[in-house]
Amino acid sequence: MDQISATHMMDTLCPMHVVLNATGHIIHAGPTLAKLRPEGDPTGLRFLELVELKRPRTGTTMPELLALAGVKLHLQLRDAPRTGLKGVLVPLPEGAGFGPEGGAVVNMSFGISILDAVRDFDLTNADFAPTDLAMEMLYLVEAKTAAMEASRKLNLRLQGAKVAAEEQAYTDTLTGLKNRRALDHVLARLSETETDFALMNCDLDFFKAVNDTLGHAAGDFVLQTVARIMVEETRGDDAIVRTGGDEFVLIFPRLIDPSRVSEIALRLIRRLEEPIPFNGDMCRISASIGVTLSAQYKNPSLDRIMEDADIALYAAKSAGRGQHKMFDATMGDGAPQKT
Amino acid sequence: MHGLINRAIERFVRDTYGRETWLAIVQPLDLGLTEFEAMMIYDEAITRRVLDKAAEVLDRPQTDLLEDIGTYLVSHPNVEALRRLLRFGGMTFEEFLHSLDDLPERARLAVSDLQLPRLELRGHTRASYSLAVRAGPRDIAGFGYVIMGLLRTMADDYGALVFLDHKGARDGTEIIAIELLEAAFADGRDFSLGAGLAG
Repeated sequence: MDQISATHMMDTLCPMHVVLNATGHIIHAGPTLAKLRPEGDPTGLRFLELVELKRPRTGTTMPELLALAGVKLHLQLRDAPRTGLKGVLVPLPEGAGFGPEGGAVVNMSFGISILDAVRDFDLTNADFAPTDLAMEMLYLVEAKTAAMEASRKLNLRLQGAKVAAEEQAYTDTLTGLKNRRALDHVLARLSETETDFALMNCDLDFFKAVNDTLGHAAGDFVLQTVARIMVEETRGDDAIVRTGGDEFVLIFPRLIDPSRVSEIALRLIRRLEEPIPFNGDMCRISASIGVTLSAQYKNPSLDRIMEDADIALYAAKSAGRGQHKMFDATMGDGAPQKT
Repeated sequence: MHGLINRAIERFVRDTYGRETWLAIVQPLDLGLTEFEAMMIYDEAITRRVLDKAAEVLDRPQTDLLEDIGTYLVSHPNVEALRRLLRFGGMTFEEFLHSLDDLPERARLAVSDLQLPRLELRGHTRASYSLAVRAGPRDIAGFGYVIMGLLRTMADDYGALVFLDHKGARDGTEIIAIELLEAAFADGRDFSLGAGLAG
């Protein structure tokens, strides 16, 4: 085979190959390699001046390189951006007329660095052999990136919709407060994180009278006003739950001081007793509150805490309206039937 | 029908005629949605109804509309990704034509549940081809017109001068005649391999 056609053949089949002579100098380089360094064609350099042999670690003499024949070589360009390359070396057959005796051919490819390489060296289809899968790889990366991006956007929108749906499922539509479903959730979370809390069980007093005499519109208005007052009288991370018609539960995370809880209960009742004007009428209500503190219990169980808050509430009611009571063990469970 | 196709129709109408027009098409259909998700699957009938209504609202023959969608898909900056992916098909328009047979497979590599009609290119002479577009039972009829708009625009992209003629459909197969008048008629649009990679 004459020299010229062999070179042409190798340039077409392996545009990133180099032919080395017996001293390890490059005597010919495939056309793509000229694009990989600012000075262009690397012919004349020692092979290991063009690239660094990262693995296998071995010496830098030509006999040592020749000993790596057929092994996968991990190489790195010495010029910035020090792109990683894969390579394989084949010693030149004696008397093949292909290159000098004692020389070798090293073929290289970008391996996984292909993505950076096409950008860094502004490569085109023509820089790769037609059989090289580089183009398919680039196509796939771009196609998959676009598809992933579309999926990611869909996920974000679905997540947003899920949050909104959950919020709706946990919200009392009349007052905007949390509903009974949310209460379980809030309590479960406090229990999981072993956070102490104060729990107020709050029933409105005389609410039925407002509803009966002034109608449901007045009743709804009163409930909305009550909700607003409760929000005003609590902190942002306190949970206010409307558990039933005129029944509310307020949960105060990290509140363990009984006198502080009493203060809040008193102020709440006082504010709820302020007459609420509605269409020229005055709606007058009050509230009874039963309180428990999770810190009172050795092994706080949610059921027990809720039950005791109920007992305290009945005690408050039987003491006359507009009262609040802190649960204590002397109350027993002889709570009067709820009316 | 894959959401990507419905989404393409939607983007075309919205980017070309505006959101109002899109709502005028989609709201009377009572689909329970006004936007398609690219990565969801919809009933085929929905696509058919949207296309019918779009032709009615825009007062244009549906074949024209489909061809415009094809043009839109590879020319509008909002959908640049598709043009780039198609350019991976080859360095010249001729190479690109020969890559069309692989197009449905390439599409499936990117999005595994995206089904496109089968494409078969036949070369009669070096400059004269015909492309058969074989729609499956679930594909939209007239998909060949989308391909025609797409081919016309990709020819511009490559700087080639072509003459295209839709020869009609028989048994679900549409035939497009392609005459390649000049392969390098003008400077094509730039295509840099690395431009689409993030980072």
